[in-house]
Amino acid sequence: MASTTATVSTAAAVPATRRRSVNWANVRSYLGIVLIVIFCLAPFYWMVVTAFRDVGYTFDTTPWPTHVTLDNFRTSFATKLGNHFGRALINSIIIGVFTTLLAVLAGTWCAYALSRLQFRFKFVVLGLILGASMFPGVALLTPLFQLFTNIHWIGQYQALIIPDISFALPLTVYTLTAFFSEMPWELEEAAVVDGCTPGQAFRKVLLPLAAPGLFTTAILAFISSWNEFLLASELSGDKTQPVTVAIAYFTGSQPHQEPYTAVMAAGTIVTVPLVILVLLLQKRIVAGLTAGGVKG
Amino acid sequence: MVMRSRSVNAAAACLGIGVLLIGVAGCGGGGGNNAAGQNTSGRGPITYVQGKDNNNVVRPTIDKWNADHPNEKVTFKEQSDSADAQHDDLVQHFQAKDANYDVVDVDVVWTAEFAAKGWLQPLEGQFALDTSKLLPATVKTGTYNGKLYAAPQSSDGGLLYYRKDLVPTPPKTWDEMMSDCSIAKQNNMDCYAGQFAKYEGLTVNAAEAINTAGGVIVKSDGKTPDVNTAEANKGLTNLVTAYKNGNIPQQAITYQEEQGRQSFEAGKLLFLRNWPYVYSLATTDGSSVVKDKFGIAPLPGLNGPGASSLGGHNAAISAYSAHKATAFDFVKYLESEDRQTFNATQGSLAPVIASLYDDATLVQKLPYLPVLKTSILNAVPRPVTPFYPAVTKAVEDNAYAAIKGDKTVDQALKDMQAAIQAAGS
Amino acid sequence: MSVTSGVDTDEGRVSKAPEKSPSEPRRNASLRKGEGRRAIFLILPTLVLLAVVIGYPVVKAIIMSFQKDPGLDKSTGLFVSGGNAGFSNYTHWLLQRCGEASCPPGTLGSQFWDSVTTTFFFTAVTVVVEVCLGMWMAIVMNRAFRGRGLLRASVLVPWAIPTAVTAKLWFFIFAYDGIANHLLGTHILWTGDEWASRFAVIIADVWKTTPFIALLILAGLQVIPGDIYEAARVDGASAWQRFTRVTLPLVRPALMVAVLFRVLDVLRIYDLPAILTNGGGGTGHATTTLSILVVDQIRQGFNSAAALSTLTFLLIFLVAFIFVRFLGAHVVQTQQSQQKGGAA
Repeated sequence: MASTTATVSTAAAVPATRRRSVNWANVRSYLGIVLIVIFCLAPFYWMVVTAFRDVGYTFDTTPWPTHVTLDNFRTSFATKLGNHFGRALINSIIIGVFTTLLAVLAGTWCAYALSRLQFRFKFVVLGLILGASMFPGVALLTPLFQLFTNIHWIGQYQALIIPDISFALPLTVYTLTAFFSEMPWELEEAAVVDGCTPGQAFRKVLLPLAAPGLFTTAILAFISSWNEFLLASELSGDKTQPVTVAIAYFTGSQPHQEPYTAVMAAGTIVTVPLVILVLLLQKRIVAGLTAGGVKG
Repeated sequence: MVMRSRSVNAAAACLGIGVLLIGVAGCGGGGGNNAAGQNTSGRGPITYVQGKDNNNVVRPTIDKWNADHPNEKVTFKEQSDSADAQHDDLVQHFQAKDANYDVVDVDVVWTAEFAAKGWLQPLEGQFALDTSKLLPATVKTGTYNGKLYAAPQSSDGGLLYYRKDLVPTPPKTWDEMMSDCSIAKQNNMDCYAGQFAKYEGLTVNAAEAINTAGGVIVKSDGKTPDVNTAEANKGLTNLVTAYKNGNIPQQAITYQEEQGRQSFEAGKLLFLRNWPYVYSLATTDGSSVVKDKFGIAPLPGLNGPGASSLGGHNAAISAYSAHKATAFDFVKYLESEDRQTFNATQGSLAPVIASLYDDATLVQKLPYLPVLKTSILNAVPRPVTPFYPAVTKAVEDNAYAAIKGDKTVDQALKDMQAAIQAAGS
Repeated sequence: MSVTSGVDTDEGRVSKAPEKSPSEPRRNASLRKGEGRRAIFLILPTLVLLAVVIGYPVVKAIIMSFQKDPGLDKSTGLFVSGGNAGFSNYTHWLLQRCGEASCPPGTLGSQFWDSVTTTFFFTAVTVVVEVCLGMWMAIVMNRAFRGRGLLRASVLVPWAIPTAVTAKLWFFIFAYDGIANHLLGTHILWTGDEWASRFAVIIADVWKTTPFIALLILAGLQVIPGDIYEAARVDGASAWQRFTRVTLPLVRPALMVAVLFRVLDVLRIYDLPAILTNGGGGTGHATTTLSILVVDQIRQGFNSAAALSTLTFLLIFLVAFIFVRFLGAHVVQTQQSQQKGGAA
């Protein structure tokens, strides 16, 4: 990793006597890391503590786990009570994967055209795509609901995937365009000179270099579809409900009762696949392939 | 360049055709305005739509029906638990003239709105319902403009929970309750709380205060506001004064149903106005310290029980249903004594049939039933108006500002009157 | 998102020699052939998807905004179609006219300008805080150390939790008897007081979305080669100078995209304040954003809500325009500007 070589070379250049005193830069780094982890995980910790807490003690504010029970997790998956959380998880993953693949595909094509090809109306296209992110999503629900009812798409996966792709597209296109624009032309030029078509040059040379941008965009698109609630609540049916809707359907044993503990349990479960996904993909966010390719 | 402009044209044509097709598809839809007159004798499978079935009464009910009617099976479409989400879901489907929703469960305050939009089948003629055995207040909630549009299915009223170990006899009037607040102070507790956060619960509580004092929010036609009166002023002032002098704790302004329950169960509240559901939870919750120390009473009133806001749900037939005859039979089934008893014993849902409130076995199962009956008999429905969302917002916003002390009660009532007036225009 | 002038006028033909510096290789003529047509086909899927899902409802909403909401026919008690409204739906919001009179408190019309102020306040504060925090987090995450993957995963946790669950979690944390008051030893009415409720929403939103900004900035930082820092260090630049003179300019494209989209998102925010405070606080609408107002209005009359949505759209367009124009979010760069500005 480029910055590793930087720190290593710096360390090598430092005289032996200095190395014994505290390296403040490292301390700052580690302090920073600790602060970041606390910031990100403290509320999540509270969510997990509540998830494991007995529902009769929902409002207990003891900061460490008390009245520990697995009931809330069992309730989440209890299909007899009408909670179809397991199926909802699978639905969310299906919708997320398709949304991501198609959004990244369409976005990559569009970004390539915008950053590499020349044509009139580029400004207009960029403006239109950005404009799609300017309309309040809440107002899109009713017309879309009526449209999908008329073509009998309500309750099917495409009714959820197509809007999710459209919501993810503007950011996808802009991010990828920004990344592709940063990539220098020389490499593609060289590839074309060597006999590739522009398309091949793009795929074999540019895309690997833009890998950080691509995987970042994929994660963004996936999570944006994962988080989507408003449209999903109306457009999905019993069998295609994603987790956001399923959690909203959780209930206490009595009317008016808020099922906080069950919701927190569901929230905890929902985070797990995403954390796994990120751990798998996070290596790809690193630009491991910049070595030697860019400058020079 | 010729090739380019042709491509541009082709692309533009594609886009244009696409949008046109969408426009056509989007404009399509079900029947015309006279949906109520169609399909009145249709029989076949239907869908019953209700919010979350907390107490697991709907599924057994439907299973029983399905066993007896194999050709007219009912499918249960369960909505979320939130009233707003249920309302919006129904609105979306009705606006799209969806034939998939046959029998819908509507909150009592939505009936007028849906009826005025022509979405509900009037229950007259071949769909006439015998309402003689039902509690009159519940029948009123299903009536709009003189016609019955929805059949009462379950009812609900506000109850006063009190600590019987500290206050042996429950207060009968508001002033009595306020004077009991000294006991709360002695024991380092808060005195009284209801639901005062800015949401529908505040309308319920404000309406109770106003109606108990003898005022009304709208006149009997359901539309003309009449809230700027001396009686309404007195009612709202009760709440405002109590908040100002601390009898209603400061944090109660954020209370929905659950927060008040939490405070009462933790032993920090002397009097609580809430729905019947608190009864079983306060008795069974592990963290509840008031298990056998609390009692229930009707809300305090002027010279007798106070006017609680009527809650509950009605069952209605969608005007766009294709199998209305079946739907009507199912509605009658939901209202039958057998089902009402089952709902009460199994699900702790207050029945709408008057005689059941005196049934000994039921009272044994639900000890609060007699108190609840008093509450419902003295209940006043919230404004029965097709503009209910706007009216409730007018009441909520101004009551909230008044209780917080941001406005005088006079100004709040004047603004409430003007806002309700503006809503109806 | 400006495009440097050299591209606009170019019709896809052989480049104009005088504009290019002599050291630049000429683009191969074969690359240019049919570029326009290729471009169209590459862009078409995106535009079609956006046209169907967003374009069609927007057009429909604009058309409906010129219709009156259904009114009550006094004789039948049923709603009938309202007919043409002209601009009355718009004046209802902008000038707060309810019929002939000014909208009284307690109606949605009276809350329009308050909502605008609230929405802008949220946008300004959350974006500034998120960018600063996100930048710091990205720089820390960019360093090499063991367990980097776990750090990145934990940073993404806040953002991975669905918004509805996050809102409920913070509602729970910010309850009067909740853990926040418990740990701080305070008795703040987080969801009731005017400023406390606003900061509750801001805190929850910052917690949830800083990872998004951090991730985008991190991706941008990753493509900066380390030898640039090395060169700067050798030249004697301090850490702060390295940050402002090297990091910031090079991460600018990714940063600008992140900030632009974040601004657009917060201007349309709905889920978080709706669930956390129900738009309440203060006199009752301290945290009501424009989208919450739209949803409330949809319950009362869809055509007026369509007008409000269109107004919100125009407002956001204005903000985006100013942003791009004056802060210069140069998303698309060409070969020329790259050669001119990019190299250290």
